[in-house]
Amino acid sequence: MSVTREEVAKIASLARIKMGDAELDTMVPELNNILDWVEQLGEVDCSGVEPMTAVIPNSLRLRDDVVDAIPETAGGRREDVLANAPAAEHGFFGVPKVIE
Amino acid sequence: MSELTNLGVKAIRDGVADGSFTAREVAEAFNTAVADAADLNAFIVTTPDHALAAADAADAQRARGEDLGIMGGVPIGMKDLFATKGVQTTAASHILEGFTPEYESTVSQKLWDAGAGMLGKLNLDQFAMGSSNETSYFGNVNSPWRKEGSNAAMSPGGSSGGSSSAVAARIAPAATGTDTGGSIRQPAAFTGICGIKPTYGRCSRWGVVAFASSLDQAGPMARSVEDCAIMLEAMAGFDPKDATSLQMDVPTWEAGLDADLKGKKIGIPKEYRMDGTDEEILKSWEQGKEWLRDAGATIVDVSLPHTKYALPAYYIVAPAEASSNLARYDGVRYGLRDLPDGAGLQDMYAATRAAGFGDEVKRRILIGTYVLSAGFYDAYYTQAQKIRTLVSQDFEQAFAQCDAILAPTTPTASFPLGSLNEDPLTMYLNDVFAVPASLAGLPAMSVPATVNADGLPLGLQIVGKPFDEQGVLNAGLAMQQRSGFDAQPEKWW
Repeated sequence: MSVTREEVAKIASLARIKMGDAELDTMVPELNNILDWVEQLGEVDCSGVEPMTAVIPNSLRLRDDVVDAIPETAGGRREDVLANAPAAEHGFFGVPKVIE
Repeated sequence: MSELTNLGVKAIRDGVADGSFTAREVAEAFNTAVADAADLNAFIVTTPDHALAAADAADAQRARGEDLGIMGGVPIGMKDLFATKGVQTTAASHILEGFTPEYESTVSQKLWDAGAGMLGKLNLDQFAMGSSNETSYFGNVNSPWRKEGSNAAMSPGGSSGGSSSAVAARIAPAATGTDTGGSIRQPAAFTGICGIKPTYGRCSRWGVVAFASSLDQAGPMARSVEDCAIMLEAMAGFDPKDATSLQMDVPTWEAGLDADLKGKKIGIPKEYRMDGTDEEILKSWEQGKEWLRDAGATIVDVSLPHTKYALPAYYIVAPAEASSNLARYDGVRYGLRDLPDGAGLQDMYAATRAAGFGDEVKRRILIGTYVLSAGFYDAYYTQAQKIRTLVSQDFEQAFAQCDAILAPTTPTASFPLGSLNEDPLTMYLNDVFAVPASLAGLPAMSVPATVNADGLPLGLQIVGKPFDEQGVLNAGLAMQQRSGFDAQPEKWW
């Protein structure tokens, strides 16, 4: 399977990466090389094989049902959360206007 | 005190503890060596004050007669993929340039708690995507090694290339690495040092910038097997903040080191004898078998029939997870924002990510987005996850016949920077021997074996059963004792 220039442009738009013509020109053959190469996986008979979901058997555990049980991931840290924001305003993340 | 920089983790820790020298003298010696090695470009930022503060704390503890911790007084390099509170953490990307975490990663915190100090944040391939350390926004890392009779800049491997370069150049006694598909083992092999990726889940991923979460594992890189055992002990352990963290006690790997392999069986996978593998690498593999036999092990042939498919499966699974993980870089919460005049929110996302990600990162995000998209998901992603099951079953069956597996770490020695750039695929093939253990979540280690005719190091890899880091370290130690590897790069930086 190979991808066309239009498809790569579509993928880039889905991935929210702006791509100019020159960049698309180099990206299309590179992606096709990689996709041609992974195509060989189709040779393998995988009937009856379950796709892997966990590499090391491990059960999901429940944490204690306590508010803010782990301080580092708890609430009440607005200043920390906003400290690296490119535009923090009035205690919130600032973004360009989204509603006219 | 320049000889202090020749010491490894154990020698520094024990020397500080018994008063042969102070931790401050050690930190000062390494800070000077780091400052003197800018030509390697191994560090993105240096943190001499952090190293000195930790050293002074260790010296003060000793004066009070307190226990110094298993890394007490040892200054290390920290791969710039670990969040460090108050110190810029970039993943070698433009999009995270200037990002200063408000929190500390679990692994780095454990190292500080064990008495280590930080020399600086080490360069790497951008978001750990690369095998040559040429995708960093902050420039290539140079290996301290060069081919005999040549001045060409060589690759330190990747993605932990700053770590491997720094440890090989003796400007850090040890460094953290992370391994998603070989990023600890391949750079270790390229630079003549040791590196171990533990079983998936041993080291917490909390605070480690995510690449492919089902594969990412942190581990130590140092110049000896003993040093790796000590540092891994400090890094590993259950962490409730990581849902995939193993709820198991950390073994005392250092105390358990034993190079006597009597009664152990070492498997040799026939599928690893691939076309294109360097003759000298095959020769070193034979030598490795001899060393292990000499240590008392029995060598047995094993088969890992799906080896050939591991790498292409990896190049679906890893980009798929990366495309999802890297969706968080949106110019809103942290990092770069590119807001063209009059742009709306969607345009801001697209412009920010275009300006902030390098070419290799974009390539992998696009591959990942494609293989996860409607209509292609089953053909690519589900199929790759099935292959991953088969690769894992291969190992299970092999481990019914052996205790550990011996293989080369890489198909070639290091290559000159820039020599594999024109085709991403050629670069990917460098991880062909490293990726299968990653897909199966197994502990795996690279140990230096010898140098080739060009004077460049070659590594050998031991892959172990799940949770059997001790078996891997012990086989590594047996090889280290017999290889007598003591080659060092000649200082040019």
